[in-house]
Amino acid sequence: MTEKTTDKRSSAFEYAPAPESRSIVDIAPSYGLFIDGEFTEAAEGRVFKSVSPSTEEVLSEVAQAGEADVDRAVRAARKAFEKWSALPGSERAKYLFRIARIIQERSRELAVLETLDNGKPIRETRDADLPLVAAHFFYYAGWADKLEHAGFGANPRPLGVAGQVIPWNFPLLMLAWKIAPALATGNTVVLKPAETTPLSALFFADICRQAGLPKGVVNILPGYGDAGAALVAHPDVDKVAFTGSTAVGKEIARTVAGTRKKLTLELGGKGANIVFDDAPVDQAVEGIVNGIFFNQGQVCCAGSRLLVQESIHEELLDSLKRRLSTLRLGDPLDKNTDIGAINSEEQLSRITSLVEQGEAEGAERWSPACELPSNGYWFAPTLFTNVTQAHTIARDEIFGPVLSVLTFRTPDEAVAKANNTPYGLSAGIWTEKGSRILAVASKLRAGVIWSNTFNKFDPTSPFGGYKESGFGREGGRHGLEAYLDV
Amino acid sequence: MSDATRLSVFKTYKLYVGGKFPRSESGRVYEVTDSKGKWLANAPRASRKDARDAVVAARKAFGAWSGATAYNRGQILYRIAEMLEGRREQYVREVAEAERLSKSKASAQVDAAIDRWVWYAGWTDKIAQVVGGGNPVAGPFFNLSSPEPTGVVAVLAPQESSFLGLVSVVAPVIATGNTAVVVASEKHPLPALSLGEVLATSDLPGGVVNVLSGRTAEIAAPLAAHMDVNAIDLAGADEDLAKELEIAAADNLKRVLRPQPVDDWTATPGLDRMTAFLETKTVWHPTGSLGASGSSY
Repeated sequence: MTEKTTDKRSSAFEYAPAPESRSIVDIAPSYGLFIDGEFTEAAEGRVFKSVSPSTEEVLSEVAQAGEADVDRAVRAARKAFEKWSALPGSERAKYLFRIARIIQERSRELAVLETLDNGKPIRETRDADLPLVAAHFFYYAGWADKLEHAGFGANPRPLGVAGQVIPWNFPLLMLAWKIAPALATGNTVVLKPAETTPLSALFFADICRQAGLPKGVVNILPGYGDAGAALVAHPDVDKVAFTGSTAVGKEIARTVAGTRKKLTLELGGKGANIVFDDAPVDQAVEGIVNGIFFNQGQVCCAGSRLLVQESIHEELLDSLKRRLSTLRLGDPLDKNTDIGAINSEEQLSRITSLVEQGEAEGAERWSPACELPSNGYWFAPTLFTNVTQAHTIARDEIFGPVLSVLTFRTPDEAVAKANNTPYGLSAGIWTEKGSRILAVASKLRAGVIWSNTFNKFDPTSPFGGYKESGFGREGGRHGLEAYLDV
Repeated sequence: MSDATRLSVFKTYKLYVGGKFPRSESGRVYEVTDSKGKWLANAPRASRKDARDAVVAARKAFGAWSGATAYNRGQILYRIAEMLEGRREQYVREVAEAERLSKSKASAQVDAAIDRWVWYAGWTDKIAQVVGGGNPVAGPFFNLSSPEPTGVVAVLAPQESSFLGLVSVVAPVIATGNTAVVVASEKHPLPALSLGEVLATSDLPGGVVNVLSGRTAEIAAPLAAHMDVNAIDLAGADEDLAKELEIAAADNLKRVLRPQPVDDWTATPGLDRMTAFLETKTVWHPTGSLGASGSSY
């Protein structure tokens, strides 16, 4: 339904379909694991299918890593570590600069691939994911020969082999956040992409080949949770980095307890987006939409709780609903699409059940008129009003295009409500008053605070959570610490 | 016709100003030779007017260059390294001739110069994180110090190291967002003049780097006294000239980087060539108050 805009007020003309060509990407019918510079079958011969969530088309069949493969990959990474860590930083830098440049060169191909495998709109992969991926490698490339200036001592040392497990919501970007700082600091890596989105990581393996990266420095193990658990538990892993759910993060923290392994965790969130009565309403509405509907809301730092000052509640909600009616849901490869597919059937059913619970508990559900395609996994943009802090939809991370709207009267009340969550990843503040931004920001228990903007990312800027959103920071100078023996 | 009998085509070396390649407005040139006295080329002998034109070009370029994102500047500096790598042989030949080095020694100089662009490409978006930061003032204020480029910097390139020395003094100046008027090594100006050809094809906006050749003392005097030049790097000045220029520079309190003995230009640089031409700007803003409570969880 690329052509559907159901709100007549906002659309004088229908959009013609504007699909990005998928011929730019050549997906092989099958892929192996990438270990020690070679694609190889899984030891047990298992494979799994990667499916396009917007069509349910099988894109490729991918080798599924098991415990024996994890062991093989860790050994390859260990073997590569000695030489890689001994390289002058300036030479490691040049490998990473090469990778950054090759990603830039191949960015349209990778954007289309990511959209096919993940279901997110091409507009996002093309304009957000891929530019950030390249920039991340470029940024950390520059650190590789400047580590003595980073504030971690005169001669900071790498940790060794990093075991990294990443989620499906930003597959290649999360790979970049993990691999770029690890390599810059002289570590070698074994990375497990999510089972629903393994393809861009496998294309990255090919980029490592083009860049001439020494074998074993990067190893990619597509697989399921059991492979991730084996990697985290492997005795020869020195560093564990995980992005994903808080439940799994806690399990990993238990697994590495009592070992030497250094741990960083980027987990869930229930970000509050706080709108004061002096906020510029139109900009705030754009920020709210971006905050919760970017990537179908499948974002750990999403602004999933809207806290509106009571005096502007009605006006803001009217504007917001009007804006939601103009969002275009459909073919993720269409350049005009705002809302793509939900990543998997499993995630769709989780969203559906939480939304049903929201209704059952008495919150008021609203969605714009929106026709969903018959194939694939889809969920219409949704907002809930009459939400209280006790409602499940105000407490649990939904990880979907669902916004819970609450109100407040005073700044103190806004802060108290915003902090009333076990999470602490992100928050937004909308007000024209600078001192209020800074006062509220100083009271919020969250790792990233956006003022009069939302969902902004930059490789120079540290990202990470307070409380049960995890610990450690990725990005910026701070992001080096996770991979250094300090 | 075989290679042996083919007559080679000489290049006319020109200045690089405002993204263009003019001759000196004075019409003058001077003879550049290798250390054995063999003629290499006629280089333009820039005048006071050329120096002033170069300052105008550098000033004009400053707004956009200093306003570009650090990431963008980094990309462009890295592009310079890429372009140089492709023309490596040319610079090896020019450096070998100018400094009378063996091919392998000249190669080492050129490789180090290429890698130096890469080193500074990485600094563009990191220097602020190393020399700037939030200040915990004793009051309800947000307080952040950030480095900013000082403006137009006159750079007297080192006299002996014609290419690596040149790159080592120019790259830090522009990495941080300044624009530069560079006076090439007087005796060995050719690698510097050729560098303009690479800069012109690396997405570096015209005017960010301007290269002049000629008599160092003659060109440096009007630059040191110029009221629209914000800083001067005296690397290529001898002791007497450096003192004279430093005195002239005091008229508008230019930031002055005095000549420093450099034994080995291949050594990894520190931060001082960047910080020498950075200002620190500190922004205060009240944080207001929500009362003492807030949330403790």
